[in-house]
Amino acid sequence: MAHAATNPQEIPAQQSSFRKSLSEPRTLVNTALTVLALLFSVFAMFPLFSVLYMLLAKGATQLSLSLFTELTPGAGMEGGGIGNAIVGTLVVVAVSTVLALPLGFMGAVYLAEYGGESKLAVVVRFCGKVLTGLPSILAGVFAYAMVVVTTGSFSALAGGAAMAVLMIPTVMLTAESALRAVPSKMKMAAFGMGATRAQVVTKIVIPTAIPGILTGVMLALARAMGETAPLLFTALFSDYWFGGELLKPIASLSVLIYNFAGSPFEHQIALAWAASLVLVTIVLVLNVIAQIVTRRPEEH
Amino acid sequence: MISVTRFATTAVAFIGLIGFSLACSKKEAPPAETTPSASAAPVAAAGPVTLQGSGASFPAPLYSRWFREFGEKNKDVRVNYQSTGSGAGIKAFIEGQTDFGASDAAMTDEEIKQAKDNVILLPMTAGNIVLAYNLEGVTDLKLTREVYAGIFLGTIKKWNDPKIAASNPGAKLPKIDISVVHRSDGSGTTFVFTQHLAAINEKWKSGPGVGKSVEWPVGVGGAKNDGVSAQIKQTPGAIGYIEYAFAATTKQPSALLENKAGKFVAPSLQGSAAALAAVELPADMRAWVTDPAGDEAYPIVTYTWILAHKKYDDKAKSAALKSVLKWSLQDGQKLSEGLFYVPLPEKVASNVLKAVDTIE
Amino acid sequence: MASTGMKAGPDLTEAFRSPVSRPPSAWQKNFDVAFKYLAHAFGAGVVLLLGGVVFEVMRHAKTAIADYGFKFLTTSTWDANRADFGILPEILGTLYTSILALGMGGFLGITVALVLSQGFVPRKVELAMKNVIELLAAIPSVVYGLWGIFVLVPLLRGPAGWLNEHFESIPFFSTRLSGPGILPAALVLSIMILPTVTAISREAMAAVPKRLAAAAYGLGATRWEVIFNVTLPTSAGGIFGALVLGFGRALGETMALAMLVGNANVFGFSLFSPGNTLAALLANHFPEAGNVEVGALMYAALVLMLITLAVNALGSWIMLHATRELKGLG
Repeated sequence: MAHAATNPQEIPAQQSSFRKSLSEPRTLVNTALTVLALLFSVFAMFPLFSVLYMLLAKGATQLSLSLFTELTPGAGMEGGGIGNAIVGTLVVVAVSTVLALPLGFMGAVYLAEYGGESKLAVVVRFCGKVLTGLPSILAGVFAYAMVVVTTGSFSALAGGAAMAVLMIPTVMLTAESALRAVPSKMKMAAFGMGATRAQVVTKIVIPTAIPGILTGVMLALARAMGETAPLLFTALFSDYWFGGELLKPIASLSVLIYNFAGSPFEHQIALAWAASLVLVTIVLVLNVIAQIVTRRPEEH
Repeated sequence: MISVTRFATTAVAFIGLIGFSLACSKKEAPPAETTPSASAAPVAAAGPVTLQGSGASFPAPLYSRWFREFGEKNKDVRVNYQSTGSGAGIKAFIEGQTDFGASDAAMTDEEIKQAKDNVILLPMTAGNIVLAYNLEGVTDLKLTREVYAGIFLGTIKKWNDPKIAASNPGAKLPKIDISVVHRSDGSGTTFVFTQHLAAINEKWKSGPGVGKSVEWPVGVGGAKNDGVSAQIKQTPGAIGYIEYAFAATTKQPSALLENKAGKFVAPSLQGSAAALAAVELPADMRAWVTDPAGDEAYPIVTYTWILAHKKYDDKAKSAALKSVLKWSLQDGQKLSEGLFYVPLPEKVASNVLKAVDTIE
Repeated sequence: MASTGMKAGPDLTEAFRSPVSRPPSAWQKNFDVAFKYLAHAFGAGVVLLLGGVVFEVMRHAKTAIADYGFKFLTTSTWDANRADFGILPEILGTLYTSILALGMGGFLGITVALVLSQGFVPRKVELAMKNVIELLAAIPSVVYGLWGIFVLVPLLRGPAGWLNEHFESIPFFSTRLSGPGILPAALVLSIMILPTVTAISREAMAAVPKRLAAAAYGLGATRWEVIFNVTLPTSAGGIFGALVLGFGRALGETMALAMLVGNANVFGFSLFSPGNTLAALLANHFPEAGNVEVGALMYAALVLMLITLAVNALGSWIMLHATRELKGLG
């Protein structure tokens, strides 16, 4: 060689070791940060466990058949249950699903199958994202203006309408992902056989995407069940069972929790915890089911 | 493919959820808990008539009890009363969203006009407004007029203020701040309380003034009597104004207030009935006693009204409402004292009964 | 044994019987067209829905804007009787609680995202933690409010009292915690935005090409050196978007705040003083508002809507930009 790069003997001998030593400042900092990060993470999960613990400790004491079969007690009254609130929540959510599903689902079909990246599709997708961030109380204000004022009374329908506004964006965006995830090979094969676009969508894409779509619906349901603000001035509340009249006020678990949380009466507070336990159980079950369903593809 | 256990769990959860909701929706009205006794004749109607009412939280415990009892004796009338605060009740009633309203502030002329004059105001019961407080170890707190007005004006800030100590010798008053609790919603209780404060204190009259909702110089807001009671219960050093029933049933001590005669009086039901009976009810049945005289008189007492229409389009509803109201004015009054409300003076009750008869 | 010849293929008779395999009938052609229009219509419907919500709120707020003008945004009274309305404390309260929540929830969220994406814990634990964080998001706001009243506030009373006693001169601790207040509200709010920040940050971090991190490790960097010098800078765009979206979520949150912020029309920097937010104001006053008050509330709703829409739109735009950047790196 013309000139040797460096004489190996001139490189100062360093005590290099590949083992991590805590005496090294860099290692120390690294380990300390790791410990801190893990501590913070555990701390971040603490509220969930605290909430679940309180729900079980305070709410489980109220668990009995009468909790589910009796009506909400008035101020200072003993006994009673939350049966009408449970049914009410299910009714309002059912109404909102009926209202939200067509718009959310077909909107997703549009985005995934027809719109692509066209100008309208970009706008639709943007509107969907913006609607997911809409404060729930504004959905309530909208439903109040559209339904309560025109029908002249607080009603389950108004509550359902407010919830629908909140459900639509979630349903639409998750359904769009599910529809897009259908392998294009299947679609191409159908086109190759001479199917119309509508046939491809209805007979192949949608059936294949059902698990993903259902997930979206379940997550939207779970969110809708827990919303309170919109119901405060649309569905109001009722101390009676739902009798089939959609144009009358109706009870709901979330409004019950809100009302009873601010109550000075021990019994009502206990029922608030019990109602929270029931509500959170339903919501968590829906979320876990959704997690299970979306976990399937990862198994292959 | 999906594992069998996963599938099974999911399926069971789903079926459980659906089954549960089906089971619940089939539920009919709950069976009667007590045997109905001979009382008001049941209303003849095709199916159950549902009356929707909302309003004051002040009488809500009593109304709930009345409507529940009446409903058990008369299966064809259901009264759904939602405690939302007087302000909300008046508004819903004016807009026709409810069949009747309830308010401790009755209705103003302006509001009656908005309801197209199709309104009749019916005093159904009465009650004391007490200043409930949360001070460990302090019972029988005595507050002079100057002091309790000052507390709500924000001029007296700590519990160990000399002015409070002066009327409570021997009481261990802590050094902590006074946490005032007032209403955050439009409230008849606020109206009555501020009316009284304006009557006894010039600074209040020219300052925050009178109203269902005012600019409070200090304090946090709670929703309805329930919320204020809950706040007081949970906050050491708190004081707030609530209906007596709420203080009594939640076992919060109420302060003894200095009345017009200069005596410290505890809330009393009989004494308040006497104070109210001394005032003649005018034709529109709106009357307030802002500062009753007499040694035994408790200073803050008020009627509370049910707001009904003079004329209903749905005759079944008006008939049902009349029977509920009549029962409440007769049998219902027997329940008042037990629930810490002031029973209507005899003369007043009979006048209101006559008024109920005029409802079409 | 057949050297050429066709393999016996699958039995296609069933396939040929399927309606899809025939040329479309007239009905199917019409259905195709109808379906296409239906899909387009519903797609446009979503745009109309958003437009409808904005339009309705603006329509009802119009008269109030004319009546109260700019004064609405700068005064502090809320008096329905004298028609004197001002939402300054609410605007400030909304911003203050959300910024506090962003600080706490954002910091925690990024930390958790790091722990979940940088291989600090075994896969199974990562999955469990991820599920727990997702479940945090599933808990309804009103339940957090209930928990806040009966668990958080009593828990905070002691330390808050101590801080107020010893550090009263610092503006943050200048009042006593009587119950609900800015701090309990901000704490619950931070718990609620944590899952959002974590999820989006995690995605941003996972999108960092592994080659970059590997190169740094190869040069002898420690895990945290890689994080601070490679992962965080590269995913900064996505993390920023996560924070903005979390902030947007905090701004619109209603129930937990209505139950915990104290509903007092005052604003102070003290963490322990009560306050109010736009959403809580709406929740408290809407049910009972007469016509005059409804107008003012609609005006407040409009302000809330504009703030949240602006922040959420900004967040979405940042995310779009950030993911495009990362795609370029891949």
